[in-house]
Amino acid sequence: MNAPFEGIGASVRRKEDLRFISGRGNYTDDINRPNQTYAVFRRSDRPHAKIISIDTSAAKAAPGVVAVYTAEDLAAIGGLPCGWQIHSKDGSPMAEPKHPVLAEGKVRHVGDPIAVVIAETKQQARDAAELINIDLQDLPSTATVTDALKPGAAQIHDNAPGNVCYDWHIGDKDAVDAAFAKAAKVVKLDLENNRLVPNAMEPRVALGDYDRHTGDYTLFTTSQNPHVIRLLMGAFVLQLPEHKLRVVAPDVGGGFGSKIYHYAEEATVTWAAGRLGRPVKWTADRTESFMSDAHGRDHVSTAEMALDAQGNFLALRVNTLANMGAYLSTFAPAVPTYLYATLLAGTYKTPVIYAEVKAVFTNTVPVDAYRGAGRPEATFLLERLVDTICHDTGADPIAIRLQNFIPKDAFPYQTPVALQYDSGDYFTTMEVALKNADYAGFPARKAAAAAKGKLRGIGISTYLEACGIAPSAVVGSLGARAGLYEVANIRVHPTGSVSVFTGTHSHGQGHETTLAQLVTSQLGVPFSQVEIVHGDTNRIPFGMGTYGSRSLAVGGTAMVKAMDKIIAKGKKIAAHLLEASVDDIEFADGTFKVAGTDRAKTLGEIALTAYVPHNYPITEIEPGLDETAFYDPANFTFPGGCHVCEVEIDPETGVTSIVNFTAVDDVGRVVNPMIVEGQVQGGVAQGIGQALLEHAVYDSNGQLLSGSFMDYTMPRADNLSNISVATENTMCTHNPLGVKGCGEVGAIGSPPAVINAVVNALKQYGVRHMNMPASPEKIWGIINAGRKAAE
Amino acid sequence: MYDFGYTKPSSLADAVAALAGDDEAKALAGGQTLIPVLKQRLNKPSKVVDLSKLGLSGITVTGDSVTIGAMTNHATVAASADVKRAIPALAALAGGIGDIQVRNRGTIGGSLANNDPSACYPSAVLALGATITTNKRSIAADDYFQGMFTTALEAGEVITSVSFPIPAKAAYIKFKNPASRYAMVGVFVATGPKGVRVAVTGAGQGGVFRHTAAEAALSKSWSPAAIDGVSISPDNMNSDIHASAPYRAHLVGVITKRAVTAAG
Amino acid sequence: MPQVTLTVNGKAATVEVEGRTLLVELLREKLGLTGTHVGCDTSQCGACVVHVDGNSVKACTMLAVQADGSSITTIEGLAKADGTLHPMQEMFREHHALQCGFCTPGMVMAAVDLVAKNPQGLTEEQIRHGLEGNLCRCTGYHNIVKAISAAQPLMHAKAAE
Repeated sequence: MNAPFEGIGASVRRKEDLRFISGRGNYTDDINRPNQTYAVFRRSDRPHAKIISIDTSAAKAAPGVVAVYTAEDLAAIGGLPCGWQIHSKDGSPMAEPKHPVLAEGKVRHVGDPIAVVIAETKQQARDAAELINIDLQDLPSTATVTDALKPGAAQIHDNAPGNVCYDWHIGDKDAVDAAFAKAAKVVKLDLENNRLVPNAMEPRVALGDYDRHTGDYTLFTTSQNPHVIRLLMGAFVLQLPEHKLRVVAPDVGGGFGSKIYHYAEEATVTWAAGRLGRPVKWTADRTESFMSDAHGRDHVSTAEMALDAQGNFLALRVNTLANMGAYLSTFAPAVPTYLYATLLAGTYKTPVIYAEVKAVFTNTVPVDAYRGAGRPEATFLLERLVDTICHDTGADPIAIRLQNFIPKDAFPYQTPVALQYDSGDYFTTMEVALKNADYAGFPARKAAAAAKGKLRGIGISTYLEACGIAPSAVVGSLGARAGLYEVANIRVHPTGSVSVFTGTHSHGQGHETTLAQLVTSQLGVPFSQVEIVHGDTNRIPFGMGTYGSRSLAVGGTAMVKAMDKIIAKGKKIAAHLLEASVDDIEFADGTFKVAGTDRAKTLGEIALTAYVPHNYPITEIEPGLDETAFYDPANFTFPGGCHVCEVEIDPETGVTSIVNFTAVDDVGRVVNPMIVEGQVQGGVAQGIGQALLEHAVYDSNGQLLSGSFMDYTMPRADNLSNISVATENTMCTHNPLGVKGCGEVGAIGSPPAVINAVVNALKQYGVRHMNMPASPEKIWGIINAGRKAAE
Repeated sequence: MYDFGYTKPSSLADAVAALAGDDEAKALAGGQTLIPVLKQRLNKPSKVVDLSKLGLSGITVTGDSVTIGAMTNHATVAASADVKRAIPALAALAGGIGDIQVRNRGTIGGSLANNDPSACYPSAVLALGATITTNKRSIAADDYFQGMFTTALEAGEVITSVSFPIPAKAAYIKFKNPASRYAMVGVFVATGPKGVRVAVTGAGQGGVFRHTAAEAALSKSWSPAAIDGVSISPDNMNSDIHASAPYRAHLVGVITKRAVTAAG
Repeated sequence: MPQVTLTVNGKAATVEVEGRTLLVELLREKLGLTGTHVGCDTSQCGACVVHVDGNSVKACTMLAVQADGSSITTIEGLAKADGTLHPMQEMFREHHALQCGFCTPGMVMAAVDLVAKNPQGLTEEQIRHGLEGNLCRCTGYHNIVKAISAAQPLMHAKAAE
């Protein structure tokens, strides 16, 4: 019997599942250290206030309390650093106010940590936290970007006048103005991208440990990028050198961006562990997650398209206000700029584009990248604008897209907003999506729905995203303070099994499976003999972690480069053993062979020889078979595709049901089709959540009204229906695997498809646009107003 | 949670004694509301008196009534063939409370004693004109509910059972809060020995209430169309981030009509 | 401190707890059964679902003292002693019904109860409604519904054996 095919292209069942379905996962909160203490943070319940005094005496005297710390105790450590610097139009650097680990002098959002109590048990810490007496003097506060920019608005940071972080732009303003001046038609749309809470199912946890014998610190944390945390916390906050600080991110229960950033709790528990000589553990309650995990989206924009008389896009003008929250989170400044405005060409050949982005401080939780990060905002803006053009001009949504798509033969395609797309075919993904969705059959389904008293609508969106983040030189020139390469160490053991040490991190993506498939394909090692190791700075040379759909495109390529080195070295060993010239050695399916002969050595034999080098070319090469590669990509990768959504609305209640959802994506080469489907389905579910259900609502002062699952609507199984997923792939041209990335496409393409469908369903009521979420009350309001007007 | 003492008495008398004279003591039925409240530190009981060993579970159906022991959980009511036969709307209501796990623990007595303004059971009790029996007395539904989280129960008074007259027709329809899944508007309609009664939960600021205008219309003509001309003022409706008062008032009409349709 | 005696995954245990100790805290912290997770504090996510005397409950919404005398099954006790997986576990893996794995233990335990209580079989729509008490942020539920659907005949055939 042939062994099942388990290499690139196979839907291999996941290695990691066996432990997860058996309750043997090892999440951060499952880890406990001897003599451990528990930390509970006392947080601000006010959006903006001056700290008059903090009295910790009663808390310190409470049972079980080991220590109580405030900003005063942390005076020697730094603030939480921001990893990206944007420059404003005038060349000035962005306002970068200090983000203290514990509040200094002022609190700036509900949830801002003021003090930490460390006790023998979590309950004791919580009991004592209530005993801290904090005298706060309320200050005027603001929650929205539009309010924060008004003259006389509450001033949140002394060094950010008018609450502006930066006022940035991209593109050719003069060319755009000129194109608008001669346009036959201009269509303008005001729109908002709703604020979201990522809500990975595992709340954040941080456990700091200190070894008094060696002086080494260890932080166990729920992170997507342990090396980045080590760098940021070690270098900028605690002033600890890398070799004295180990960061471990074990099994992590989802991230979606929210676990990229370096958070105050990580620094606090690590610092406190050293101070106390005891492990300190903090585990977030969900309510705490809502007020301390970075939120996502929250843009207010105006978009204008200039068209000629034939409906060709001539120029796009965009103005966006982006909410940064109260402080700059790790990658926040990059999201509304280089992950958003550079994507505004989308799938279209719009010749000139100009975008202005103003980032604004408010008294809300910091906002940073959330699944898609900037690209969903760009896609929503563009695809809503295209459908609004159809609304205003009577154009057909399919025809106008076909007319303006970047032609298939135009790749590589240079957009007017910096990016150069290497490959793509938006015609095919749309054609297949329309076929899979039975777009042609929609009128009959609409009529059938109408007969049942339901309003049915269909909407499409096409999208282009940039991921595989990213070429270091490019991001460096754009303000990144880190490189974005990836690292792989491939260790072929003496008996032929393989360990891969990757700098990427899996928190649901299935790397232990997909990355092992790469090794099976490239080295011919059985899937079962490959182990993927991630999430520990002491085991892995280095790495930038997982976000921006980068693991396969960047991390996988680093593996390929390291495996190339293994093969090159193996050829030399094989040539020696087989008494042939290195140039005559071929490697395939795990075997080194002298070309044109049957003389061969398996990789296992070569590995054994490498570690038992009795008969070995020892003057030419070193023993061992262990290679490391750092890979810095040449470009971003550019997945694209088309999503089609069909909805049915109950006009009496305003409730929208998703009746069909079809995604056809171009994700480059597919390593594991089962996992790609799952990634897209999950992304689409989050996109549908954004479009119909989810909204982080603040009142005008900055109190979070949707602060728990009682008020923040998470998509549940009965909110969704089956999601049809297919791929129509073009290969990435600049990485050896041809891979692009699939983690974010679902969340990027789906929201405008849903809203386009809702607006389509409500066509008879004259609706031009609807902001997300398309809640039942909003829809009922439109229908009710329409009815009243008709009466 | 703040810490508290815990006791699990084995007789009703002991339970009442444990609760009496201690304003800070809390009775614990299924805990599906009380425990979340305690976790939020919104309540600091001196002790928690667990009612699970008092023998208060069970369902009795006679020719004209269904009596449910206070500690009977929602899953049991939903699955009871007797309840399904006698008052299918009641079984269906119980089968739609919260989720499966909540239904496996939550009890009718606990729900009624708490009287959450968005709980389901109060609407059935009010619309069916049920009688609530305690260790002290029997209380008619119309006298029992006294505003949100407020009931006729006195300190130390424990619900032992609830008795529902069997209606000719009844149905309950719930429009859920999309996030919490509690009733945003839940309407129980019934016609039978107690006349036509319509009770609305989730919508009103004062908790469950009788929709008298709908009752009047349905008394004239038991049909969905009878609801068409009936409106309700938004003045006393709840308003939150998911539904304004006017929208809730609108939904009361829609859901009432659907409930009448479902009742047949 | 109150003492609780209970059977967990077939093994007897007697544990000292506070009145306020939750069942999930007893399982995770006192018995080291960390397969049961906590994903929220409002009894909604279902990551903590275990079986108490054969019924699924949220272990974050039950006091440990309430479980005195009960028989508890957690995700760690679902497979047979020889390691043979429960059909629901098998189908979750087969249908890629999990990604990060955090909601999975509660999801599997809830699904087992849902299917066991409905020997007549459930449609996909009924399964979706049956999962009202469990949140998953990764999968979009699509494959979870498929897995539970596929586990139904396997579980019912086993029950009939």
